[in-house]
Amino acid sequence: MITVALQTQTRTETLVRVEHLRKLFPLRTGVFARARSFIHAVDDVSFEIKRGEIFGLIGESGCGKTTTGSLLVRLLDPTSGHIYMRVPSHPETNSQEEQYVDIATLEGRALKEFRRNVQMIFQDPYESLNPRMTVFDIVAEPLGIHGIGNVYEREERVAELLSLVGLTPPESFLFRYPHELSGGQRQRVAIARAMILNPSFIVADEPTSMLDVSIRTGVMNLMLDLREEFGISYLYITHDLAVARYMCDRIAVMYLGKIVELGPTEEVIQNPLHPYTRALISAVPIPDPAVERQPIEIKGGVSKPIDPPPRCRFYDRCPIATERCAQSDHPPLEDKGRGHFVACYEI
Amino acid sequence: MQATSTFKPTEALWRVRLHLLWRGLKGTWAMFAESKIGLTGLGIIVFFAIFGFVLWPIYPWLMERFAWTPEELEAARNVPYGAISSIEQVYHPVVGYDPLIPGIENPSPPSRRHPLGTNQYGRDILAQLMASTSSEFMLGVLAAFITVVIGTLVGAITAYYGGFVDTFFMRLADVFILFPLVSFLIVLGSMIELTLIKLAFILGIFFGFGQITVILKSQALAVKVKPYIEAAKVAGGGHFHVIFRHIIPNLLPLAFLYMMFNVTSAIFSEAALSFFGLLPGIKISWGIMIDAAHSDGYILGGRSFQNWWLWVPPGVAITLLCSAFYLVGRGLDEVVNPRLRKR
Repeated sequence: MITVALQTQTRTETLVRVEHLRKLFPLRTGVFARARSFIHAVDDVSFEIKRGEIFGLIGESGCGKTTTGSLLVRLLDPTSGHIYMRVPSHPETNSQEEQYVDIATLEGRALKEFRRNVQMIFQDPYESLNPRMTVFDIVAEPLGIHGIGNVYEREERVAELLSLVGLTPPESFLFRYPHELSGGQRQRVAIARAMILNPSFIVADEPTSMLDVSIRTGVMNLMLDLREEFGISYLYITHDLAVARYMCDRIAVMYLGKIVELGPTEEVIQNPLHPYTRALISAVPIPDPAVERQPIEIKGGVSKPIDPPPRCRFYDRCPIATERCAQSDHPPLEDKGRGHFVACYEI
Repeated sequence: MQATSTFKPTEALWRVRLHLLWRGLKGTWAMFAESKIGLTGLGIIVFFAIFGFVLWPIYPWLMERFAWTPEELEAARNVPYGAISSIEQVYHPVVGYDPLIPGIENPSPPSRRHPLGTNQYGRDILAQLMASTSSEFMLGVLAAFITVVIGTLVGAITAYYGGFVDTFFMRLADVFILFPLVSFLIVLGSMIELTLIKLAFILGIFFGFGQITVILKSQALAVKVKPYIEAAKVAGGGHFHVIFRHIIPNLLPLAFLYMMFNVTSAIFSEAALSFFGLLPGIKISWGIMIDAAHSDGYILGGRSFQNWWLWVPPGVAITLLCSAFYLVGRGLDEVVNPRLRKR
């Protein structure tokens, strides 16, 4: 465990720094067979998230977005790589002192202590709340796990959180079951649960994709408000470019376990450089039938990242691939100015 | 936006929880009451409960009061052989006899003093029937309870941990499912005296590690992958927390349903074993009543219907009580599986 003691503050400081993160899933062929092939779900990914920043991860299904999110909250153990996160040095006291901790290697008590600082909001609010628990039990669960407060303090804190996420008056929601709530209300309960331990970092895994369009903005604005008020950083996982544009300060585009493009949201969307990003953006419908748009030609469909050959992951589908792309390993992220990084040899 | 701190708890927490529990029970009852099948079963169970736990203790007193004339009582107290000192001696299920009925007349058909007649030894059939009811209940419920506790725990744990634990308990389940239980109990019965409690434990353990583990494990596997389990883990919940706060509460409805079916199996097993006379530790049960009729040849040889009161009452009682628990299970099935519910 590498720790660097630091004094806090400045809004531009790095909260999370991910270095060469990898997660391989073994493909098993039989009960006793040793795994010979691996799915490279997340393959050598590096990025940073600033305090109070909303960092978007976009990409199509199966590209490793959710795996990355799960690794950052240690739902999964990384195969290799480091995740440095600023956490309070002395969580029992109220000291402001913080330190960077490599959470990839945390175990036991230290891991449980770390979990007070990160939370996750899930995609499906119908499945992420236990149907046999009341709203109070769901939101107070993290308090119970960490043994914080007595019953009265917990009830008060839960009520406070419920009004914070817009479920007012709280007493009319405290003792209801998830099936009595609407989708938007459920997602607000999930957000309240994520907020109750005052985390500094939340992984939001497509929190609005299962919601009705009419209530999406409500939930997104709530998350933006919480960022403003508490300085929470988000890793916002989505496949919806419009949502990413609305929510995120910076976005990273993933393809088969690799980040292919990373930069400030507007910069990436207005000026996409990587052929995959261009194709992705050209697929967004424009609400104007008169607009003529040049479609980006990419071939084939997305493949499975099972033991990928050592060349650019996008090689098979790329319209501008050359001999060099076939010969060399996957290109590294290169700075193209204004914080815009692209992983491509030909740009 | 600012959190409002005007919240005042309106009620004590335990009262709210009690209220919620009550409301939940009411809701379940409303769904359960929709199915005629379940209600029928529940009615039969209630009938047997009254029969065994309320009527049986006052049965001798009732008979003395309403069925015996003072002259008969006087006579019973003064016969030369086997005079009784109290009415309990007549209605004792194992050693009772009616001094006014000469031994040669047993089994005697239903009469005023013996509404379901007596058997070949002079025991009152109705008394035997009632005395057995409470033990049948106890056996069935205890065995089913043990089954469900084992099945729920093992099912949740195997599903949660997977790997070696899973393989071990699933192969164990195969062994228990294929195990020749009756032969085993015959051997065991000859080695130790099988009392009702011992039998309940053995049946409970056998059913618990068998089929029900597999069923509840499959349910637990479906619960295990729900995002709320991941949410609990992200919040820092350990294995114990996840299993007992999330997985097991979601298994309980199904476990309760299978508990009903297991009561049926346990009562059936006991009846079958008693009928073969393999449970010397149990003095009276419906199975033993049929066995007693059978072993003295009152069932075979075309005499079955001549002495119907020997075997019809216990047979009907076994069938009714077993189907009652089964029917309640079917009714609960409709509560647990919303797809089965009628629109």
